[in-house]
Amino acid sequence: MSWQHEDVRSVVAAASAAESVRIIATLIRVTGDWALAEDCVQDAFARALSDWPRRGIPANPVAWLTTVAKNRAIDQLRRSASESHALRRLAFDAEFEGSGNVADAGALVADAGALDDRLRLIFTCCHPALALEARVALTLRTVAGLTTAEIARAFLVPEATMAKRLVRARAKIRNAGIPYRVPPLELLPERTGGVLAVLYLLFNEGYSASGSDQLIRQPLVREAIRLARMLVELMDATPLAAEARALLSLMLMQHARSTARIDTAGDLVTLEEQDRRLWDRTAIAESAAVLRVAEQRRIAGKQGPGSYQLQAQIAACHMDAPDVAGTDFARLVRLYDALAAVAPSPVVELNRAVAVAMSQGPEAGLELVDRLDDAGVLKGYYLLPAARADLLRRLGRGTDAADYYRRARDLAPSDVERRYLSRRLAETGKPTTPAGPTRNPQ
Amino acid sequence: MLFICTDPEAPPYVAAEDNIQEWGTEMEGRGVSLHGDRLRPVEDATTVRVRSGEVIVSDGPFAETKEWIAGYDIIACEDLDEAIEVASKHPMARFGKIEIRPVWPLEG
Repeated sequence: MSWQHEDVRSVVAAASAAESVRIIATLIRVTGDWALAEDCVQDAFARALSDWPRRGIPANPVAWLTTVAKNRAIDQLRRSASESHALRRLAFDAEFEGSGNVADAGALVADAGALDDRLRLIFTCCHPALALEARVALTLRTVAGLTTAEIARAFLVPEATMAKRLVRARAKIRNAGIPYRVPPLELLPERTGGVLAVLYLLFNEGYSASGSDQLIRQPLVREAIRLARMLVELMDATPLAAEARALLSLMLMQHARSTARIDTAGDLVTLEEQDRRLWDRTAIAESAAVLRVAEQRRIAGKQGPGSYQLQAQIAACHMDAPDVAGTDFARLVRLYDALAAVAPSPVVELNRAVAVAMSQGPEAGLELVDRLDDAGVLKGYYLLPAARADLLRRLGRGTDAADYYRRARDLAPSDVERRYLSRRLAETGKPTTPAGPTRNPQ
Repeated sequence: MLFICTDPEAPPYVAAEDNIQEWGTEMEGRGVSLHGDRLRPVEDATTVRVRSGEVIVSDGPFAETKEWIAGYDIIACEDLDEAIEVASKHPMARFGKIEIRPVWPLEG
């Protein structure tokens, strides 16, 4: 049988995109060596490119690749003089004695069953003993399969810095004895929370990027959603599946608004001002469906609502409304109440105050904002004066509003936010409609 | 190795809530705890260094900090998760903090 190089290339590329993470995850389990696993899997793909055109594409490419990578790993371990490798080799030989053939390797990848090796990989990459930036980098490199250069670009650091970060993270896993496993049931809620936090951070790094960074950081959004999908699939059987689904739903919902979020001049458009016709309805429908399943799972598991569940419901509540005036703000206040109970934070309180203002009037909101301000917990956080300025503007107190817009602008973390607040500041001089928020210009 | 450290930001020490005996019994029973003790405060520390062949002895710890090592435990664990579990049950995890450091044998 003769194969065109192009056919082989596309099969190898497809296998690489879909399966290399799984094969690497398996190799890490059997070798206990992250760098070795990655090298051997890369070698296996290279050998596929040279072997398959001559011998034909094997019936089970993944099993073939795993066998080649595994044999190469055994070879390297046998040649290595280090004692830890010698120990590893003994364990290796005992476990896989005489299993050099492809059928066994297929079983090696497939037998994982509920304990898919990719899941071990994700939990290990997101172990709390690793620095947060190391968790993020390792997840992108090993689980998402991005190159070091791609990750460095997305985080705006030199490639050498990112490479060093990855080397250090792998060394810590090895030296500190971070286990390569899905945590036992008693640790699972806490550790799953950690994994979800890493994925949401990735998403936000991409989503909140603006200006020239926006294009560069866009891949982070795509990868975060892809990883959340993977996690939902892998954790389906566990009691934590509901929160993983809720996070996926939340990401899809926010992503559905991304086109409406920045205008053609690169300026920020707030939720209330967004042109809702620009929202991606297909993504919203998928997000709602994912959230429904999450809710069913939660009820079936007799669990209380988790923080992502509530955040997704809050986002859904905004997106279900035909326009700002038609938003169910009373429901939003209830959802924020529930969120404040599950995950108390001053930022949640601030958002709740804004929802209260929308449902009960600006005075009620202002009272809550004052209380937060007095507590001093959000000192230096630009959205606090920004929220107060908005409420003062709605009350028709233009001079006071301008004062707080100015404070907010001086604290704002990015150019886009500063431009938005300057615009608001300029507008406070003009006549306003005290009854409600600024309507979306058609 | 667990370094049992003080932490100025930790809640004050309450003798009644100190269950170190219990911890020791559990960890010895599990075969985890190999050896451990309290250390005298830094006021009793002496620092030694040799410079140009000369032994220099000085009073006090090698670094002036608000946090200091108040004790140590040598433990044998399966992996970091077990070490974290063992450390989290130590009373000083509540009144201070505990640093886990893997032992690095000379031949490693």
